[in-house]
Amino acid sequence: MSVDQATVRRVAHLARIAVTEDEVAHLQGELNAILAFVEQLGEVDTSGVEPMTSVIPMTLPLRADVVSDGGYAERVLANAPAADDGFFAVPKVVE
Amino acid sequence: MSHARHELTRLTLTAAHEGLSEGHFTATELTQAYLSAIEAAGDLNAYVLTTPDKALEMAKASDARYTAGEAGPLEGIPLGIKDMFATEGVRTTACSNILKNFVPPYESTVTSRLWKDGAVLLGKLNQDEFAMGSSTESSAFGAAVNPWRRRGSSQKLVPGGSSGGSAAAVAAHICAGAAGTDTGGSIRQPAAFTGTVGIKPTYGRCSRWGVVAYASSLDQAGPIARSVNDAALLLRSMAGHDPKDSTSVDLAVPDYEAAVGASVKGKRIGIPREYRVEGMSPEIAALWDRGADMLRDAGAEVVDISLPHTKYALPAYYIVALAEASSNLARYDGVRYGERVAGRDIVDMYEKTRAAGFGDEVRRRIMVGTYVLSAGYYDAYYLKAQKVRTLIKRDFETVFAEGIDAVLAPATPSPAFGIGEKSGADPVEMYLQDVFTVTLNMAGLPGIAVPAGLSSDGLPLGLQLIGRPFGEEGLFALGQVIEEAAGRFEITERWWE
Repeated sequence: MSVDQATVRRVAHLARIAVTEDEVAHLQGELNAILAFVEQLGEVDTSGVEPMTSVIPMTLPLRADVVSDGGYAERVLANAPAADDGFFAVPKVVE
Repeated sequence: MSHARHELTRLTLTAAHEGLSEGHFTATELTQAYLSAIEAAGDLNAYVLTTPDKALEMAKASDARYTAGEAGPLEGIPLGIKDMFATEGVRTTACSNILKNFVPPYESTVTSRLWKDGAVLLGKLNQDEFAMGSSTESSAFGAAVNPWRRRGSSQKLVPGGSSGGSAAAVAAHICAGAAGTDTGGSIRQPAAFTGTVGIKPTYGRCSRWGVVAYASSLDQAGPIARSVNDAALLLRSMAGHDPKDSTSVDLAVPDYEAAVGASVKGKRIGIPREYRVEGMSPEIAALWDRGADMLRDAGAEVVDISLPHTKYALPAYYIVALAEASSNLARYDGVRYGERVAGRDIVDMYEKTRAAGFGDEVRRRIMVGTYVLSAGYYDAYYLKAQKVRTLIKRDFETVFAEGIDAVLAPATPSPAFGIGEKSGADPVEMYLQDVFTVTLNMAGLPGIAVPAGLSSDGLPLGLQLIGRPFGEEGLFALGQVIEEAAGRFEITERWWE
């Protein structure tokens, strides 16, 4: 499978990365080189093979559903590009 | 002064710890020696941030603990930390512009274990952006430089990657040891390029909590060190269960140092025929044969084995890793932390922020990952790759069940290459660097890279030993055999000073 320029633009938008027209052609070539490389997996017969879901066989640990950490909003917000009144601030999303 | 400095910085971590314990010098003196060595090594671009005040403060506390008889196992040992590990109050960037001003309000579990055992933080080490690369050229801080050079040449070489700053710093004696991370070979390949020892432990052995996430089912932390024993000491402190990482395994941490020097008599070592890839350099092939001889001479039995799905590990890796990366890196949206570029609305803000903040390789990987996970392609790519992963793991399980204790393979297809040599139009050329290392990440297995010889032009070459799950002790024993037979490799000309 190879991607065309419309697909590159669509994927860039899905990934929320702005791309310029100049970059699209460039990215198309690079993406197709990577996709051509992974294409060889088609040779492998995987019928009846379960996909790997856990690297080391183990049961997912559970813990009591209680608050065990937190209560320091200032530290959480310390790296925010914009914060206001204890909240993260973003451009207006609701008209 | 310079003489006295080298007297201290040339000591292995193991020897430095002995010297501190016996009172031959203080942690403050040792730390000062490293800080002045770092200052003289700017040309290597190994550190992206140094923390001299914090280092001296920690060293002073170590000296007090030595006096009080309360010294920890790494008391007063100055370390460099890859910039993937969150360090509380110390800028942590993953060498990306999107995190260029990020100061974590918390400490990663692995580094907090090192500090608890008495280690001293010298600073943060250079790497490929978000650990995506094999040369440290994709760092937002510019490429790190290998302290090794070809005989008679002054061309600048890469230290490998992504933990290239860590490996360069260890090889150049500007830290006593370093913490790195390995997703597809990022500890072992740079270790091989710099004549240092690097171990990627079994998945789940070290906590991933507080480590910047690249591909969560593949990422593991591990040490880069000057000797096998140094690596054993560091891993003992770094490893251990952490309830904050649900994939961290609740299993006691063995005394790895005790395994160094253990007999390997009767151990069965597999030589996988599929690793003899087309175009392998005769030098690497000869090194591999010599490594098998070294293990045979120590009483191990060397047998040919087959790992039939080897050639599919790399393409499967580039689907799994990139898919997980596209998901993990969705968090860099300019809202909670990191840089923000203003936009006309929130989507425009996201898109501009991420376009400005991510470098070319990261952008490329996120986009491929997004594509393979997008509607209609999931089964063909991601699910297929995870099935191939099951087969890769099964290859290893089969040989282990047949009595193989460890697998011996080269660590890299070539010695260190020149800066700029592989950053051309085809990204796949760089990806092939990981051909021998990536299978272990796919199978979750531990692997150690140990220097085993020099190339014809004087560059270090490494061999890799692959173990059973949680078989790190066996790897330290086998690694020590190689180290004793091949010797350690030190840089003779400190050209950067």
